[in-house]
Amino acid sequence: MSEVEVRAGAPGAAPPRPASLSGHYAMRGLVASEWTKLRTVRSTMWTLAITIVLGIGLGALATAETRAHWTASNQVGFDATRTSLIGVFFGQFSIGILGVLVMSAEYGTGTIRATFAAAPRRPRVLVAKAAVFGAVALAVSEVVAFVAYFLGQSLLSAPAIHTTIGSPGALRAVAGSGLYLCALGLFALGLAAIIRHTAGAISAFIGILLVLPIIVSALPSSIGIDIERFLPAHIGQSMLSLHPGIRSFAPWPGFLLLCGYALAALVAGAVLLVRRDA
Amino acid sequence: MIEGRGLTKRYGSKVAVHQLTFDVRPGVVTGFLGPNGSGKSTTMRMVMGLDAPDEGRVTVNGRPYHDLPWPLHEVGALLEARAIHPGRSARAHLWMLAQTNAIARRRVDEVLEIVGLTSVAGQRVGKYSLGMGQRLGIAAALLGDPGVLLFDEPVNGLDPDGIRWVRNLLKGLAREGRTVFVSSHLMSEMALTADEVVIIGKGRLIAQVSTEELISQSSQRFVRVRSPGIAALRDALERDGATTVSEDDGSLSVRGPDATAIGELAARIPVTLHELSPQSASLEEAFMELTEDSVEYHGDVTPPAARAGSGGG
Repeated sequence: MSEVEVRAGAPGAAPPRPASLSGHYAMRGLVASEWTKLRTVRSTMWTLAITIVLGIGLGALATAETRAHWTASNQVGFDATRTSLIGVFFGQFSIGILGVLVMSAEYGTGTIRATFAAAPRRPRVLVAKAAVFGAVALAVSEVVAFVAYFLGQSLLSAPAIHTTIGSPGALRAVAGSGLYLCALGLFALGLAAIIRHTAGAISAFIGILLVLPIIVSALPSSIGIDIERFLPAHIGQSMLSLHPGIRSFAPWPGFLLLCGYALAALVAGAVLLVRRDA
Repeated sequence: MIEGRGLTKRYGSKVAVHQLTFDVRPGVVTGFLGPNGSGKSTTMRMVMGLDAPDEGRVTVNGRPYHDLPWPLHEVGALLEARAIHPGRSARAHLWMLAQTNAIARRRVDEVLEIVGLTSVAGQRVGKYSLGMGQRLGIAAALLGDPGVLLFDEPVNGLDPDGIRWVRNLLKGLAREGRTVFVSSHLMSEMALTADEVVIIGKGRLIAQVSTEELISQSSQRFVRVRSPGIAALRDALERDGATTVSEDDGSLSVRGPDATAIGELAARIPVTLHELSPQSASLEEAFMELTEDSVEYHGDVTPPAARAGSGGG
């Protein structure tokens, strides 16, 4: 029977040590690893493809439809920018699902144990995940937002009214919708770090986006109206509109609040990652 | 070197591991034996820093796992088969692990070659057989060329060729001076592989001994005798203080005197001997004996006398 050769070197040699390595495993390696993980599973491609198709396609559909049935009465309260960005509201689900999967798929498949064995300081892993996913989500979302905007405005030919990127608030709304998707995706990632199960985290995410507004709207209006503006979906509405409602947060303070939600979910997730057994 | 000191782990009110103290030394294969559910996997997860002990501590090369600067260069582990994303290729899985610990890309190809997965390295892991998944897990353990290796039930799902391959791998790793800690519920497997064994039952340490010692310590050493004058021989043996058991197949199992003494006694009576063979209990039996009181789930067990009769090397 032949011995299995594992490395060059004389039998009976001292246990190998990482002699050539100094310091400590570093964030750079963790980020590179997370990038490899993200691009080597199909779910990434699918969720991003859906984000792009819905984000751009639905905006084009909505603007073309508006133009086809244009009457002068449409003009009242018509927000051309927001109409072209309508697909963003659907993209938020696919981006959120990707954010969840980045974390929960590791628990679902057991890969998390290999990950934490390689990098036992768990919050660093979460930071690397957030950095890589956040960068990808932001890049894709901004491309979607700008393409949807320019395509939509070109479809809104006269007599329909359209805006240009130089119009007041237009650039803020377009760039802001990309930022909104990215922050929402990071919030979903944080939820997944807390909940750990794919189905549970997706349910919680969709519940917060879709069900919570319904519950709030069922409350007596005196209370509901004060709560409503704190909801992530409502913040998104405000960021995408040229003229947010008077009871909404202004776009940038709203965005900061959303970033706060994402940060809170990620910090809670990091604390739980450390406390719980993998 | 792995040192566990007073390790205790509870899941709710159930104690999975209780006050476990053990050492795993470099240069030998240390078997980690215990019935299913005895706390082997929990202990290994505590070594790897994946589960936190409720009491006690465990160190690898003198440090808690959490404090290792380059974990994969010091410790490699196969903790469970198939803890791998089924949609990722073997090469991608190894590469993403390698990147965390600054391991060169060519090392990924090296370990794929070692475990014999080079030709299927680009395939999605979901298409792998159980044995291929196990080989990939072993490749991941070898990735950082670590001095300490843990394998939790490594031969599960492997064919006889694969089992022989793992056995040689473990021995080869130990011979290179590495610390090799391998769990199994199959004593026969450990008898062929391990130099030393840590035995647990219900999460408690039962023994840490060398494999040889375990077998020789066992009370199950006896001599099998066949003779046409078996009745006379039995009487003579019992007069001399030996313990005998008449087996169903007509042979006599004798405890006490060794084969030489029995042979000379037979010559003095005199009776003809058809068989005079020293038997030692298998590791399996020695283990059964040790863990008899600590098996979590009792099945319909064969009585000890009948087991002794079937003893072979």
